[in-house]
Amino acid sequence: MFSATWLAKLPCSASIQGVRDLLLAVRDLKTYFFTAAGTVRAVDGVSYDVHAGETVALVGESGCGKSVSALSIMRLVATPAGRIVGGEIRFRQRDLLTLDEEAMRRIRGRDIAMIFQEPMTSLNPVLTIGRQLTEPLEIHLGMPTEPARQRAVELLTLVGIPDAAQQLTRYPHHFSGGMRQRLMIAMALACNPSLILADEPTTALDVTIQAQILELMKDLSRRLGIAMVLITHNLGVVARYADRVNVMYAGKLVEQGPARDIYARPHHPYTMGLLRSVPRLDEPRRAKLYPIDGQPPDLTQLPPGCAFAPRCRYAIARCQDEVPPLRRVGAEHLSACWVAEQLGSEAPP
Amino acid sequence: MTATSTIILQVQNLVKHFPILGGSVFARSIGAVRAVDGVSFSVHQGETFGLVGESGCGKTTIGRCILQLERPTAGQVVFAGQELTGLTEARLRVIRRKMQVIFQDPYSSLNPRMTVGQMLAEPLQVHGIVRRRAERRQRVAELLAEVGLPSALTERYAHELSGGQRQRVGIARALAMQPSFIVCDEPVSALDVSIQAQIMNLLDDLQERYGLTYLFVAHDLSVVRHISDRVAVMYLGKLVELADWQRLYEEPLHPYTQALLAAVPIPDPEVEAHRERIILRGEVPSPANPPAGCVFHPRCPLAIAECKRVVPEFREVKPGHWAACIRV
Repeated sequence: MFSATWLAKLPCSASIQGVRDLLLAVRDLKTYFFTAAGTVRAVDGVSYDVHAGETVALVGESGCGKSVSALSIMRLVATPAGRIVGGEIRFRQRDLLTLDEEAMRRIRGRDIAMIFQEPMTSLNPVLTIGRQLTEPLEIHLGMPTEPARQRAVELLTLVGIPDAAQQLTRYPHHFSGGMRQRLMIAMALACNPSLILADEPTTALDVTIQAQILELMKDLSRRLGIAMVLITHNLGVVARYADRVNVMYAGKLVEQGPARDIYARPHHPYTMGLLRSVPRLDEPRRAKLYPIDGQPPDLTQLPPGCAFAPRCRYAIARCQDEVPPLRRVGAEHLSACWVAEQLGSEAPP
Repeated sequence: MTATSTIILQVQNLVKHFPILGGSVFARSIGAVRAVDGVSFSVHQGETFGLVGESGCGKTTIGRCILQLERPTAGQVVFAGQELTGLTEARLRVIRRKMQVIFQDPYSSLNPRMTVGQMLAEPLQVHGIVRRRAERRQRVAELLAEVGLPSALTERYAHELSGGQRQRVGIARALAMQPSFIVCDEPVSALDVSIQAQIMNLLDDLQERYGLTYLFVAHDLSVVRHISDRVAVMYLGKLVELADWQRLYEEPLHPYTQALLAAVPIPDPEVEAHRERIILRGEVPSPANPPAGCVFHPRCPLAIAECKRVVPEFREVKPGHWAACIRV
């Protein structure tokens, strides 16, 4: 199992480079849900860094804990069932988990903004677009009405919504899915945050609109120097937009590293399986796909050892009863697998 | 597909308009959503015909019109030599044994109050396929084995199954009728990546074993490429391109197909770093008020003045390769 002392010794990529400005450091985060069916360890000892201006992906399948990990950063985990039971979330050296609710509210939407998958459920249907954009400006930044209105027009223009001034009096239902997501991005940008948590921001959108929105987010993040935590199940989106990647399975990080290393030399059987199971447009068509066998794990009944072991073709006896810790397999590349060293050299079938 | 292969399904000038109702006291039609607007294609025996497009393009409506779950506004659907659009429900019931459907979300298409065994036994009984109870039980066990589910699941309810298992039950239920043709409507898009590949391989195996013909409706271009023999691309109620899979993906003719393919991110950062991006402007217009001329012209990077006036003919540009664009 993870232990706090072991984690303290964990090579953190910031210390290697030294020069990068560490914005967010998640350390041994544990968020559990206490349900009638048992304790669900949705996030179970997860550690990762986000540096200023970079895009970090949290990738995994449904139920792996990637969304709960982001909600934990905002301290928006649904209570009373869900509770952050351990760890640290240091944002600019301050541990968010120790802040009082008032201090936390000043950070939410101002320093850290969040974009959700389904914009319609995160927009207020009875408030105009203008009101939804000016409210955070007035509350967080204390802007007077008219400058706030001007800033709202600026923000809408920035995210590519045409005739911005005319849009202020309209309502969310007047907008298409793609336009609503642009609106969410405008709201996220309102107070010049340094970090945006984007939870499946384009999953509900069509592929041509998805491309528009992701290009927009990448462009804004570059121009405004905003760091992004991109939460997605789409390996293509991660490859196109992320600088560094964290792969999650059953509440734990199983692999972590620079995007190029993860894709070129995956060192965890789950990552390898994910990459192999998706058909690719740029490769010759295969007769059969290579799925990952078995079913996704039941978080209330995880095996004592590695959670992926029941589906893993490389599993050895040790995997059944000992949880593998994240270990270094490359300069900034970590894998939580007992046989990681053997995997790196193996060519994909 | 060779010219000698048999055509199992022919769709001719299919039109489906949904009326938009208005009026203060009496509802009257004040317009129409042109979900499907004059679509023709044929599907050959034993092939997988991929139908791809973005949400709202009409691909699902085509599938439903073929099955007559939705009655077409105009046009013909000829299945195994029989024109379906004028048939009564009673006649259709007999034919539907041969044409089945697999839905996107197996959770909403399975009865929450029935066990897996009951769900599979019911159609066998209703259609009089297996009359004796003991034999039905035997057949249910066979169907479960067929789709790779343990027989222990017979007594389970849908909510006790994982997404992949539920989709397998959906497939088993379609198979129970021993169909020759199955409309697969986004069968893997609700599933996790690692499970998608399992279901795709299963569909592939079943096709081989029973000589099934699939109409595979999906928005995921990589998935459609993997499974299809021929592929048609839809945009705003119309087919814009149709070709065998290799040519459609390697030499796409229509600017919309080209943009769609360029928009799909490839899971490899090295490839992505050097890839050409075609980012389409704007959004898909409303099918209630489609643009004049070519429906794609407001977003098309190649559009010229003529495209605003002329409705492009869906023509055979190269043998077996059809496209609706005056610029190709």
